[in-house]
Amino acid sequence: MDVEREKQIERASKATVPVYPVPPVELVTAMRGEHAEWVSEVVEAFGELTLVVPREQILAFCTFLKTAPGFEFDLLADIAGADRGQEEEPRFEVNYHLFSTKRFHRVRLKVLLNEEDTRLQTVTGVWRTANWHERETFDLFGVIFEGHPDLRRILLPDDWQGHALRKDFPLRGYEPYSLT
Amino acid sequence: MSVSTKNLPPQFEVVDQPLDTQMTISMGPQHPSTHGVLRLELVLDGEMVVKCTPDIGYLHTGMEKLFEYKKYQQGIVITDRMDYLNPLGNNLVYVMAVEKLLGIEIPERAQVIRVMFCELQRIASHLVWLGTHALDIGAMTVFFYCFREREKILNLIEAASGGRMTPSYFRIGGLMMDLPAGFERRARQFTRDFPKAVDEFHTLLSGNTIFQSRTQGVGKITAEDAIDWGLTGPCLRGSGVGIDLRRVNPYSGYETYDFEVPVEEGGDVWARYMVRMREMRESLKITEQALSRLAPGPVKADAPKVVLPEREAMKTHMDALIHHFLIVAEGFNVPAGEVYHPIEASKGELGCYVKSDGGPKPSRVHFRGPSFVNLSALPHMVEGEMIADVVAVIGSIDIVLGEIDR
Repeated sequence: MDVEREKQIERASKATVPVYPVPPVELVTAMRGEHAEWVSEVVEAFGELTLVVPREQILAFCTFLKTAPGFEFDLLADIAGADRGQEEEPRFEVNYHLFSTKRFHRVRLKVLLNEEDTRLQTVTGVWRTANWHERETFDLFGVIFEGHPDLRRILLPDDWQGHALRKDFPLRGYEPYSLT
Repeated sequence: MSVSTKNLPPQFEVVDQPLDTQMTISMGPQHPSTHGVLRLELVLDGEMVVKCTPDIGYLHTGMEKLFEYKKYQQGIVITDRMDYLNPLGNNLVYVMAVEKLLGIEIPERAQVIRVMFCELQRIASHLVWLGTHALDIGAMTVFFYCFREREKILNLIEAASGGRMTPSYFRIGGLMMDLPAGFERRARQFTRDFPKAVDEFHTLLSGNTIFQSRTQGVGKITAEDAIDWGLTGPCLRGSGVGIDLRRVNPYSGYETYDFEVPVEEGGDVWARYMVRMREMRESLKITEQALSRLAPGPVKADAPKVVLPEREAMKTHMDALIHHFLIVAEGFNVPAGEVYHPIEASKGELGCYVKSDGGPKPSRVHFRGPSFVNLSALPHMVEGEMIADVVAVIGSIDIVLGEIDR
């Protein structure tokens, strides 16, 4: 019985959900000390690091992160928009998932946007791969990326009305869509 | 996707073009070498591509929207339909993201079986790529050899899960069920036979001068550009960057397996071809190691509120019956929060972003498809090349439109 219990404890102590490395805390603290305006909040959960960035600062902060020693986030893995619900304020969020091909760590940047003003600076000048990710977020959530070279719909037809992944958009659409 | 009936876009208007100027043609969406329903708008100067604009979305089915209306365990069957050549990889990334939110630990045997099937699936995915890529360039025979080998892998997957293209074998907290009797023998038979098949592919293609001249030096991308465009997987390793998430961000115990990460310096179609050819042998090595590690044990986590109980337990234990009813009828609550989990799928980094508000249905599920990102670099690779090389470059990126359009 005791052996069984010990085994359980040993297993539980090793029980780790797979986590990837994140930038060291000291580095983030030092960065916040120098540029307090870049990051409004640091969230650590599920082994992941989330930096909440004010809307105006995203371009400057991304430019810094791409080359800053210790961070070197040279690969933009993903941009994921999300709708927190109509009653939430701010309603929309845009999540940037960054990866470093030199240090192999990851971080998530989160920008919160109000429903009335969904404008945001583009990061296509920092990583060219942001082009299609931003088009997708624009297409499905209606987030407008200012300065984007080619902000068109990407998945839905050009004459589509509304933004399909918003919570108030019905699952089956407003009316049957026909290509003809 | 651009479909408009009200005012036709200018490229469809008939304009008198003198023969010495540029010409715009529409390649696809029904072109056989675009691997699905991809449309490329090509501006040509003679045979040279001046500008290439991919047009996607013809296969958009709103999967990410659908996730928000389904319980967590129901989402697994949607992931099968995304990258339909690598369904087990899609299953894995989704269930691992949800397990990360739930904090469930997976038993050893289930981990080993997951790794084994992911590698078998990677080989199957590469075989479809090889067959269609060679077919696009003009070597038809390879296609039949590849599909013959792929059939053996699909039979293995079917034996374990009951489905060939849509297995849904990985579940939140483990596997659907344990391996059937005699599976190990059949899998070992495959791992014994397969190296010979890879040799055959090399005989058919690698020494073929037509294939070499169609691929070497075509569709070049440098390492810096590849990182800037977000390329991952074989496309990135073909440019000389040895990043493999199984190595640098290990999951499912990949850090304990012995395998190499193939890297080629060329950055052209040939380099990407060689990376995938070498990767098949490495995947086979991992499969063999996983087979030798298979030890008896549970394949489902000890989490009665999340994992469906055994059939027998439901008939004898009251609490098992209650849990079964609750999971099926109401689902299980997942702690509020958000996670992003990346894995190395057959085509590159496949990431899954799951956001939960504490209920039985996700608030947002987003997939970072490797095909989607790799395709966005296509204009960079083909502009300045011949139009016939566009086909070779598309084949070398290995796209699946089901994942791009989601």
